[in-house]
Amino acid sequence: MTASDNSNAVTANAAEGQGELMARPGRFREFWSYFSENTGAVIGLVVFLTFILIAAFADVLAPHSPTEQFRQALLQPPAWQEGGTSEFLLGTDAIGRDLLSRLIHGARYSFFIGVIVVVIAAGSGVFIGLVAGFARGWVDTLIMRLMDILLAFPSLLLALVMVAILGPSLVNAMIAIAIVLQPHYVRLTRAAVLQELPKDYVTSARVVGASRFRLMFVTVLPNCMAPIIVQAALSFSTAILDAAALGFLGLGAQPPTPEWGTMLADSREFVLRAWWVVTFPGLAILINVLAINLMGDGLRDALDPKLKRS
Amino acid sequence: MPLLDVRNLSVDFKTANGQFRAVDGVDVQVDVGDVLAIVGESGSGKSVSMLALMGLLPWTATITSDSMMFDGVDLSRADDRTRRSIIGKDVAMIFQEPMSSLNPCFTVGFQLREALKAHLPLSRRERQKRAIELLEQVGLPEPERRLRAFPHQLSGGMCQRVMIAMAIACKPKLLIADEPTTALDVTIQAQILELLLDLQKDTGMALVLITHDMGVVAETAQRVSVQYAGQKVEEQGVNDLFANPHHPYTDALLAALPERATTKHLPSIPGVVPGQFDRPAGCLFSPRCQFADDHCRQVKPGNAPAELGHARCHYPLIKGVPQREAS
Amino acid sequence: MLNFILRRLGTFIPTFIGVSIVSFLFIRLLPGDPILLMAGERGMTDERYAQLMTQFGFDQPLLSQYWDYLKGILQGDLGTSFKTKRPVWDEFFTLFPATLELSLCAIVFAVTLGLPAGIIAAVKRGKWPDQALMSTALVGYSMPIFWWALLLIILFSGMLGWTPVSGRISLMYFFPTDTGFMLIDSLRSGQEGAFASAVQHLILPTIVLGTIPLAVIARQTRSAMLEVLSEDYVRTARAKGLGPLRVNGLHALRNALIPVITVIGLSVGTLMAGAILTETIFSWPGIGKWMVEGISSRDYTAVQGGLLMIAVIVMVVNLVVDILYGLINPKIRK
Repeated sequence: MTASDNSNAVTANAAEGQGELMARPGRFREFWSYFSENTGAVIGLVVFLTFILIAAFADVLAPHSPTEQFRQALLQPPAWQEGGTSEFLLGTDAIGRDLLSRLIHGARYSFFIGVIVVVIAAGSGVFIGLVAGFARGWVDTLIMRLMDILLAFPSLLLALVMVAILGPSLVNAMIAIAIVLQPHYVRLTRAAVLQELPKDYVTSARVVGASRFRLMFVTVLPNCMAPIIVQAALSFSTAILDAAALGFLGLGAQPPTPEWGTMLADSREFVLRAWWVVTFPGLAILINVLAINLMGDGLRDALDPKLKRS
Repeated sequence: MPLLDVRNLSVDFKTANGQFRAVDGVDVQVDVGDVLAIVGESGSGKSVSMLALMGLLPWTATITSDSMMFDGVDLSRADDRTRRSIIGKDVAMIFQEPMSSLNPCFTVGFQLREALKAHLPLSRRERQKRAIELLEQVGLPEPERRLRAFPHQLSGGMCQRVMIAMAIACKPKLLIADEPTTALDVTIQAQILELLLDLQKDTGMALVLITHDMGVVAETAQRVSVQYAGQKVEEQGVNDLFANPHHPYTDALLAALPERATTKHLPSIPGVVPGQFDRPAGCLFSPRCQFADDHCRQVKPGNAPAELGHARCHYPLIKGVPQREAS
Repeated sequence: MLNFILRRLGTFIPTFIGVSIVSFLFIRLLPGDPILLMAGERGMTDERYAQLMTQFGFDQPLLSQYWDYLKGILQGDLGTSFKTKRPVWDEFFTLFPATLELSLCAIVFAVTLGLPAGIIAAVKRGKWPDQALMSTALVGYSMPIFWWALLLIILFSGMLGWTPVSGRISLMYFFPTDTGFMLIDSLRSGQEGAFASAVQHLILPTIVLGTIPLAVIARQTRSAMLEVLSEDYVRTARAKGLGPLRVNGLHALRNALIPVITVIGLSVGTLMAGAILTETIFSWPGIGKWMVEGISSRDYTAVQGGLLMIAVIVMVVNLVVDILYGLINPKIRK
């Protein structure tokens, strides 16, 4: 549709004998046209928005309280299986809590984990990366060596050890994951800054006398955003996965929190007896992470001019 | 029968904003031993039409044509296997960027012998011998040593000589040279052109030279085809073209040559080749043409007769004067 | 090339020192008294406390403590695990072969499936094989592997009964484990069925640990191939009239492998992180399980030593990958 609008406009212009250059489609519209071309990305976006809605209206949507124990219905299978009832659609866990309600409330935690971790990691990482890119010299070297050191540890291992220091809880797990993810932002931002700095628009802003602060945040940063946004999407899913892994190892959210990883840890001993307590929390993690990664891929294709089809 | 006869070739590219027509109804004829120059600015589709012939366009391209006859085979209808047996053997091509056109991971010798192995029944030793011969033929000293070198160890000019050696390895009937000298130093450019022309004379192969440089055309070609925005706008013998261009675009190109300048300032053609978003309704050259009127801007021109160089113009020029009554 | 190696070593050494500082500080950052933590003894007398303080060197200034620690590392002394009372260094290298064996199997699994998948997807770009392969790869990439492990256990151990649930080999077999690699040791033992049992035990952990690297390698191979396929030299290869197998499998792949090998090398970190989860679930007696147990049983000297050793291994592998990268990339080689 965009294309035909344009060609019509062009014909009209040309007919009037002006022959002037037609403006390209607007930036957001161009982005959206790339993004929406990618069916997977749109599906991911829809699923992700659904998760946000579920998280927001968990209290209304959940049929039961996530912590209420129904003593008469321990390890009850899902409704469609023999022995299941419509009261507990996805069945109950070992102490009679409704699985569906716990999953719905769990959406809150995973969304919350993703947002907080990305905000902390991206905020600090981008700032440090900007400083490194602008300062150059020994400040730059020092920052980048520090990041090398952090990156030398496998992410989950470092998070594990940090939780050991801070004590096992969801908040500490989030802090640890944010610290582990932050070096990626530093590297990305610094690389983008170094690529932008020699460009003419930065020089002209300098010549006009823009302050260093203004140069960093107003002139250069907006032009470095594309890879950072993509990284944000990817680390959102990493954060959810790692938090769930820590929860699974007993070092993240603590029971009875209905966090999906923690729920899986609780259910491990029933692996061969009650498939539903194992299957559903993991499926929720997978679908959530998959949706975000689909979106992330779409974002990358739409924002990264290098991969754009010519 | 011409060696190469392409009829009504069009190439469209799929882009994010719809189809873009890069080549629009172009005809190309090349006779045995002919030297044809295809001239045009960047974006005029001159390389694309030859890449389409070779089957080297990316997957985003859609090629349509009435026929692409080469030496009795219709390449537009041939299957991949038939096409591959012709490409690289009877038709060969060299490219604009010699440095990036050679694979950085393999030695020159490997890539050269590979071209031989693909089409000729030679033994390993014969291939090595022929490879050395070829490098000598294209004027590279110390061929044995060069064969062991990686492309990044050679200069741009040397890489282009290697590319030429690879292209003529199987004694092709037609060599397509896509701006072979654009990426090279000025001093090397003349040497490479001379080499190409010598090889053409020695072997009797036909040569299609794609270029944007009218100076190169004057020195090399027998016939010239001028392309603009994907269309062929004029075709003539080289002497006639320089003496009496019939299309205003050709005229403007020639006027921009320093050798032909009559004023102190070199004339230039205002504007750029129309892109996807600003294709005019009438003649594609009308926004930049000094002779254009409303008729030109609204109605697409057809081709003038052969004596007017097939000029795609409403008012073809004769001795620089538009023939308004003619249409 | 020598220059390149030296330059690369120049960044290795400061990072190594940094990593050693992090692991040195680990015990000192833990909440509570480090001496009590390290000794792990209850009801300690003041005398004993003072004795331990000297033994661990806590009466020294921090800098000289670190210096002693660093000297210890370089001599292979990582302290003593208070749980087993054995040197952490020995402990680590007893368990390390199990993790190495599992990781190698996982990488082989990931490369043999991921590389062809990526190549096919790139060559069939936009068509159904590409979409099917890349959708699968994205699912693998998004997989919570601890859940994946449980699912596979439900299916293959629970429902089909094909594979065992935990351990490296059936308890029926007993033989000396000289190399530490169960596949090799079981073959050498000559006991009938031992090797088959070892293989059976390896299958599920290998799949679980290899899943994410497999997805990453497939995706990376595809994008590297796509980039390379639009290069001029691939066009040259096609212009020679070469067939698709030679163009894609030789001219393109050889160049695309350069970034892919880097990714394979960098997945060592991912493997170590994955090993923590995989080994815990399958009771695989390797480093990952040892670290998790160390944290839950507060065996902090073991955790400290493991932290350092794993980081050093990852760094060394990355160093080797970088040098290899130089070797296969002729532009750097000169």
